[in-house]
Amino acid sequence: MLAKIRNSLSQVGPLIGLIAISALFASLRWETFVSWDNFAIMLQQTSVIGIAALGMTMVIIAGGIDLSVGSIIAVGTIVIALLIQAGWPPLAAAIAGIGACSFCGVLSGLLITKLRLLPFVVTLGMMGALRGAAKGLAGQQPIYPDEETWLNSLMQLGEQGTLPSGVWLMLGFAVLVAAVLKFTKFGRHLFAVGSNELTARLCGVPVERVKICVYALGAAFAGLGAVLQFGYLTGGDPTTAVGLELNIIAAVVIGGASLNGGQGTVTGTLVGALIMSVVANGCTKLGLPNWVQEIVTGVIIVAAVSLDALRHRGSKT
Amino acid sequence: MSPLLELRGITKHFGATIALGGVNLSVTPGEVHALVGENGAGKSTLMKVLAGIHQPDAGTLILNGQAFAPRGPSDARGAGIMMVNQELAIAPHLTVSGNIMLGAEPTRGPFLNQTEINQRATAALTELGRPDIALDKPAGHLGIAEQQLLEIARALAVGCRVLVLDEPTSSLTAADTAKLFTLIRRLRDQGTAIVYISHFLEEVQALSDRCTVLRDGVTVASAPTAELSTEAIVNHMVGRQVDELYHRSSRTPGEIVLESNELSSPPNLLSATLQLRRGEVLGLAGLIGAGRSDLLQTIFGLSPIKSGDLRVASFSGKPSPLRAWHKGIGYLSEDRKTEGLALDLSLEENLTLPRLPSILKPSTLAKETGHWLEKLGVRAAGPTQAIGELSGGNQQKIAFGRLLRNDAEILLLDEPTRGIDIGAKQTLYRLIDELAVQGKAVLLVSSYLPELLGTCDRIAVMCRGTLGPARPVAEWTEHSIMLAATGATEDAA
Repeated sequence: MLAKIRNSLSQVGPLIGLIAISALFASLRWETFVSWDNFAIMLQQTSVIGIAALGMTMVIIAGGIDLSVGSIIAVGTIVIALLIQAGWPPLAAAIAGIGACSFCGVLSGLLITKLRLLPFVVTLGMMGALRGAAKGLAGQQPIYPDEETWLNSLMQLGEQGTLPSGVWLMLGFAVLVAAVLKFTKFGRHLFAVGSNELTARLCGVPVERVKICVYALGAAFAGLGAVLQFGYLTGGDPTTAVGLELNIIAAVVIGGASLNGGQGTVTGTLVGALIMSVVANGCTKLGLPNWVQEIVTGVIIVAAVSLDALRHRGSKT
Repeated sequence: MSPLLELRGITKHFGATIALGGVNLSVTPGEVHALVGENGAGKSTLMKVLAGIHQPDAGTLILNGQAFAPRGPSDARGAGIMMVNQELAIAPHLTVSGNIMLGAEPTRGPFLNQTEINQRATAALTELGRPDIALDKPAGHLGIAEQQLLEIARALAVGCRVLVLDEPTSSLTAADTAKLFTLIRRLRDQGTAIVYISHFLEEVQALSDRCTVLRDGVTVASAPTAELSTEAIVNHMVGRQVDELYHRSSRTPGEIVLESNELSSPPNLLSATLQLRRGEVLGLAGLIGAGRSDLLQTIFGLSPIKSGDLRVASFSGKPSPLRAWHKGIGYLSEDRKTEGLALDLSLEENLTLPRLPSILKPSTLAKETGHWLEKLGVRAAGPTQAIGELSGGNQQKIAFGRLLRNDAEILLLDEPTRGIDIGAKQTLYRLIDELAVQGKAVLLVSSYLPELLGTCDRIAVMCRGTLGPARPVAEWTEHSIMLAATGATEDAA
């Protein structure tokens, strides 16, 4: 019973944080902060990070990390832009973009499992290599296809009471990932590999296959993020999403996942992503300079992790 | 002689749980004082109180005639109370001398005084009778027995009056255990007070001068070891008469279900030829590192086969853990904590991992887990509790339950009763017997000879990677097994 309460507390902890931070900004700037438009903007700004963080949640639960997702998003936007310019239909271009991103993930997964390299090092290398590849593909220039497609409207803010389709996409996939984690054998295997790889192997879990799949999936979700980013930019940009992988990882960690693996939830991750958007938005509304925002975000990351550590220590004795 | 260290009426609560309910312990210089009790009896809590990690709620510690209240591990170390734990605290990349003087490095100005470090490390090693260990060797290159020796040397180097050894022999070979005993006697004769915690009552009998038994956080007996029989100690530990620890019903072996022919998986497994039949328990004896665990892992597909044949029922081919579970082979790892179980995951997740449907139904899995918890007599809050929170015995029941849930026909058990209390042992012995009677085949690795002799139908001894012939248990004695394990007889070669 006690364990149950503690467990649910760990789930709602980040949510309480989100509510507290929102309440703080609401009380300081009621007029500008609390409005449907602002609500929609914050969700819009969460969606690229949020959707990529869904994939990262699975990678981190399986005990891995992927530092290359920022570069993968850049590659994705370039591939989509090039294909649309070549006259592909938008849906096909988007799917091909996601496919290209997944391929990058498979490559990382193969290097990590077959050569037994550390994920941190492999994906650090991939981060640099893919950034270069994006620039090479694009000829070092942003690419804005002449043709206007429906992809460009994915992130558009509509009338009051509506949300951009990108936000709905993020929420829909969140439900899907949550279901995969809770109700499928694959989801259970992710937790097992992340919690204790030796045990997973002993129990007949195909550890290598699970790992390759999870890096491919993580990259595929980054690819979805690339589709949204393409919509947001209305084009491809090889220098977009630099450093975004750190925000994505931060969202997952604030949401209660452990970098040691075996732990993490979809709701936590989404709340983590929202916290960062709310802080950014609220600080802007308060007229605080960018550097204050950065400090606040940094403090929140450390605070979230230390609260988690304290809770764990409390439960051990 | 007056006691060097005395504990009087120590109590300690954690929330509503009473970990210690009044412990008395008195240790005099120059004695080996054995501390025994089932898992959960309070030994580790007591040692943490002694080490200053926990502060007692009531009771007093008296060191050298003065009240002593360590507020932290450094207080206890400063007073000369040193611990050597079951899990060794060795920094594998540091050198031997670096490890011995770790945390107490003499300095000259801002620099390490390497000369003094080496001198004091040498002195400590000499005192232990092992001046031959090279000071500049990385500690990670030493064997486990020598690493343990380093920890003891570390205790000596910083001035040790009370040395606490927690299960020091659990991963040592018989030869290393004998060496350790010589060393402990040597320290005792030099006047060190030694607290010796062990599950192995033969060791307690052989080594200790006094013996204190804890049960449910209370001291239930304390007497010179010579006045306590093993049986009396066990009765004190469990608080009831232990009638029959081992079970061996009459069984009739059936057809051969597992056969290997000169199976090898270097470097540890060189050649194993065996036949395992339904309805029998085949014991594998041998020293640690002789290749027994490697044999089980090779059969299970965790280690690659280099040469030789392996046939399971009518099937042969390259094994893998996934195929092994499907073919009805179950494996219980000797190392519950690092390999056998995912400690952060729940009982349910650990139990059901080898066989899951593609789409999970949480209520079904929870109900199924509940059924096994009841059947195995696991004491836990429920299927969703993290398995790391359970006692060793209950953890082992879940690890074993994994094989039962999969309805394994062939059970590969590696040290199934290591580090668990007598109650849980009894449950496991009864289960193994039941399974054999039902016609399952059991391959049992154990370093504990009474266990092998008490539960197996046949025993084969492994020596330096080669498995000797299996013989009926009646033809073996502890003595002949040890001879074969050390390669002293012809047929073990």
